[in-house]
Amino acid sequence: MFYRENGQFKTTYKSDQQIFAVKQDRIAIIAIIAFAFIGVPMLADEYLFRAILVPFLILALAAIGVNILVGYCGQISLGSGAFMAVGAYMAYNVFMRVEDMPLIVALLSGGFFAMLAGIIFGIPSLRVKGLYLAVATLAAQFFFDWLFVRVRWFTLDSPAGTAEVSNLSVFGWQIATPMDKYLFVLGFVVVFALLAKNLVRGPIGREWMAIRDMDVAASVIGIRPMYAKLTAFAVSSFIIGVAGALWAFVHLGSWEPLSFDINRSFQLLFIVIIGGLGSIMGCFFGAAFIVITPIVLNQLLPWIGSLFGVEISTAMVGHAEFMIFGALIVWFLIKEPHGLAKYWSMARHKLRLWPFPH
Amino acid sequence: MRLRQLALSAVVAVAALTSALTTSLAMAQAPVQFFPSLTGRTGAVAPNAAPFANGYADYMKLVNARGGINGVQTLVEECETAYATDRGVECYERLKARHGGATVFQPLSTGITFALMPRLAVDKIPMITSGYGRSDTADGAIFPWVFPLLGHYWIAGDVVLQHIANRSGGWANLRGKTIAVVYHDSPFGREVLPIINRRAEMHGFTVLALPVPPPGVEQRAIWLQIRQQRPDFVIMQTWGVMTATAIRQAVATGFPRDRMFGTWWSGAEPDLRDIGADARGYSAVMMQHGQARDSEVVRQILAQVHDRGQGTGPRAEVGDVLYMRGVVGAMLAVEGVFRAQERFGRGRHVTGEQARWGYENLNITQARLDQLGFAGVLRGPIVTSCRNHVGTAMMRIHTWNGSGFDWSSDWLQADMNVINRMVTASAESFARDNNITRRTEPGC
Amino acid sequence: MGFFLETIIAGLMNGVLYSLVALGFVLIFKASGVFNFAQGAMVLFAALAMARFAEWLPEWLGFESLLLANVLAFAIAAFLMLIFAWAVERFVLRHLVNQEGVVLLMATLGITFFIDGFGQTIFGSDIYAIDLGLPAEPIFILEGLFPGGLLINQDDLVTALMAMAMVALLTLFFQKTGTGRALRAVADDHQAAQSVGIPLGRMWVIVWFMAGLTALVAGMIWGEKMGVQFALTFVALKALPVIILGGLTSVPGAIVAGLIIGVSEQLAEVYIGPMVGGGIQIWFAYVLAMVVLLFRPQGLFGEKIIDRV
Repeated sequence: MFYRENGQFKTTYKSDQQIFAVKQDRIAIIAIIAFAFIGVPMLADEYLFRAILVPFLILALAAIGVNILVGYCGQISLGSGAFMAVGAYMAYNVFMRVEDMPLIVALLSGGFFAMLAGIIFGIPSLRVKGLYLAVATLAAQFFFDWLFVRVRWFTLDSPAGTAEVSNLSVFGWQIATPMDKYLFVLGFVVVFALLAKNLVRGPIGREWMAIRDMDVAASVIGIRPMYAKLTAFAVSSFIIGVAGALWAFVHLGSWEPLSFDINRSFQLLFIVIIGGLGSIMGCFFGAAFIVITPIVLNQLLPWIGSLFGVEISTAMVGHAEFMIFGALIVWFLIKEPHGLAKYWSMARHKLRLWPFPH
Repeated sequence: MRLRQLALSAVVAVAALTSALTTSLAMAQAPVQFFPSLTGRTGAVAPNAAPFANGYADYMKLVNARGGINGVQTLVEECETAYATDRGVECYERLKARHGGATVFQPLSTGITFALMPRLAVDKIPMITSGYGRSDTADGAIFPWVFPLLGHYWIAGDVVLQHIANRSGGWANLRGKTIAVVYHDSPFGREVLPIINRRAEMHGFTVLALPVPPPGVEQRAIWLQIRQQRPDFVIMQTWGVMTATAIRQAVATGFPRDRMFGTWWSGAEPDLRDIGADARGYSAVMMQHGQARDSEVVRQILAQVHDRGQGTGPRAEVGDVLYMRGVVGAMLAVEGVFRAQERFGRGRHVTGEQARWGYENLNITQARLDQLGFAGVLRGPIVTSCRNHVGTAMMRIHTWNGSGFDWSSDWLQADMNVINRMVTASAESFARDNNITRRTEPGC
Repeated sequence: MGFFLETIIAGLMNGVLYSLVALGFVLIFKASGVFNFAQGAMVLFAALAMARFAEWLPEWLGFESLLLANVLAFAIAAFLMLIFAWAVERFVLRHLVNQEGVVLLMATLGITFFIDGFGQTIFGSDIYAIDLGLPAEPIFILEGLFPGGLLINQDDLVTALMAMAMVALLTLFFQKTGTGRALRAVADDHQAAQSVGIPLGRMWVIVWFMAGLTALVAGMIWGEKMGVQFALTFVALKALPVIILGGLTSVPGAIVAGLIIGVSEQLAEVYIGPMVGGGIQIWFAYVLAMVVLLFRPQGLFGEKIIDRV
């Protein structure tokens, strides 16, 4: 009843092709973004900002990058952690080595170097496919793990071999409190999400999806596989690099190479698959699931235990978290292999017909 | 079916909402001193990290059994991190304001330590990094909130080299020799290299640095290289399965174990127990305490905690090296609060900021240590100040005899002249890079 | 020269063990098209079961013989892996028939998390020993030819022989027995195999059980070398470059690639490593495999991937 396209006539190509063609969609998105910028800061406390919202946003951003590569272009990559690391360390070097470097430029340059790394390690995708490519991208993961520990230049030759940044500010706005960090990251995420959404709706996005569906057929109709695959790697690594730089600068503040190890790569792949391959909205759902589930389980399990008068030890809670998390993943994949985004689109579909059943 | 699904999702949503928005309940009862414990009870770090958490919790219970900190009871809440940095950060954020505010954090994991360091000044909570973390945090004028009490890796490296020099008949006899350093390829492992390189410059021995990529289950190539290069001694800065694998590979390639020396995270029972007699002769430098089954504090813990059924962890573990490290960590945490209470009010709750003052002004005499039950375990005095966040520099070496440890050296003191110069230089460089001004209070 | 040979011998021994772990992956992929990331967790679970039962059985049943304890523990652990295979087929695979590879991969990752937690809950998170009674000291051969002799580890030799025996048994099983033939048929074409009357579900249980046995033997061997603990799961990461180098669907490929990776890894670490600061072993195998893939995208022995438009 409310979610109807009735009466919305498009009179120009531009209005027909716009990103949120249905007026209700536009209103909803603007409302969500407004709530995120204005409502959440009023309601959330410091713990929510620092431990839940900021990691959620940064992981969602990284997941958008991974989704472009895995979901839209069909190239399975397990090296995302490495590209986050490249983004983080190169942003660190640009920020510290160059006098008065603006923060945003440093973060974007981290993304730029990650893009270069992505293109180089994406070259195998021209020959190698599927699971072979997935394991080949692990070469990137382990290589960069090693590089950032071995080559002291990346950590400014510090004896400890770690990197630390402080005193972040943009145009005079000090990014010190958790709310500042949240708003800063939110800005990045909104911009990149909109950019990504537009990219995948455009010709390059369609090229990626053609490659994903059947790359031989795509090359037959004139899509150059090299161009499409390498641009997918480039754009994806750029976004992942920026996310990595944000993770290091804003969330951690001081980091070592193990913060971006293979577990991070797996985590990003989880987010993308649980959220939904080939869906930008899905990245947010997946990231929310991955960030919140361990914390909820951590709080819920002792509480359930206390209901039954059983004291559950910390180790047991840790093990149970693992078991439940694993079981949930399998259950989700069985119930809905297309991820949470499918539920979302089903809900929208039902909303179009509401209150009629069909 | 739909109703069931709806009900289930409603329950999950409510649970998620309540747990996400939970804040700490106001305590109307007697004040409590909250000591959060970031544990590593699952995953790869569990065998070495679980005993620490057990010792920490047990000593805190003992303090309560003795009457608390001048009447203020201690409260420990654990949060499992498995040494993953982002889980550590989440645990920190969740626990820092609970139960009246966290008194001090002791993260153990290098990654978590580094991630928490920038937050301490903002949240006004000190951190004790007893025997780990950055060695230059010994300079409290630049790192006011971090306390590497009892020792750090530069002290460890120096003492190990002193022991090797003693065994060779003096520093001069090290000239021309080769010392291999097998280390965990990470900031934790690398931390020991600067002091070893410095001493190599001073005394003319060659350093053969052999990094081992974590987790270190594959070390054959490293030990083949050692077999080829035939260094005179091997120093190990390893952790967990890497230590045991290294010793097994040493056995497999025939390198004599009595020429191998670990640091205090590479020389405990979980690493050596399963190798047994083959590891005989392997030594490690200990941050004052080693295995302490016969000590008074262990006796008290067994009597007042375990015998009353309140023991954390298995009884057989009480007195092991890593268990004692947890006990000592808890003792230092509590002593800082005692000291802070002397200034800010006996029998009252102490804030993080006040506790920081306590840790910076410690004066734990041998008499006090004996009174607490640490006679023969720790050697006082432990005296901290703004410029010296370590408090002491006395270490000793223990050697594995096939089933347990024997002390194989006297008390050795690290050369603080050499080390302090390195600490100041490194801390100043850090301060320059991060725009930190040196504290200028009297005593700094 | 002697040192060079020692490095190669060490590499060969390591390589055989990598092949053993890689075989588990290949078996499952051949028969069900699932890339089983849970293989590492299976190695740990199986090894934990064996280690703990070897410890508990003498206490419960009151006997002393180490050999008997080990044999019984092995049998019990194998039985547990059978139950595990059945559970995986019943609760996971059956519901995910015909899904794309990525989804199945993620499902196995979910299984990994589950067994990690489950194994540690039941068996504990400490370090447990498996004692096969193998001598730990090295022996030195050919002392006349090379100064100091060539270093050979007796326990490495024995474990390499065990691994080779396991590989030989598996190959015989696949080539000579009826079930093996049925498994190969399933690997070729699920639908055709079903139409001939081969029960798909039961075949999957069998193949996961075989992979579980491989995991058990691998876990036993690695556990004897480094103690049974969580770090055992990282051994599986070592096997991944072996699989892609050898080809995801080839058993001889896994063996040959294992030996190649084992030797080249050691040679690279010993000879190239010092030039770049060491520690390159972790990524060298992957980069080597990746480079080979550029020339042979399906691995050395894998099936050519044919895309039809």
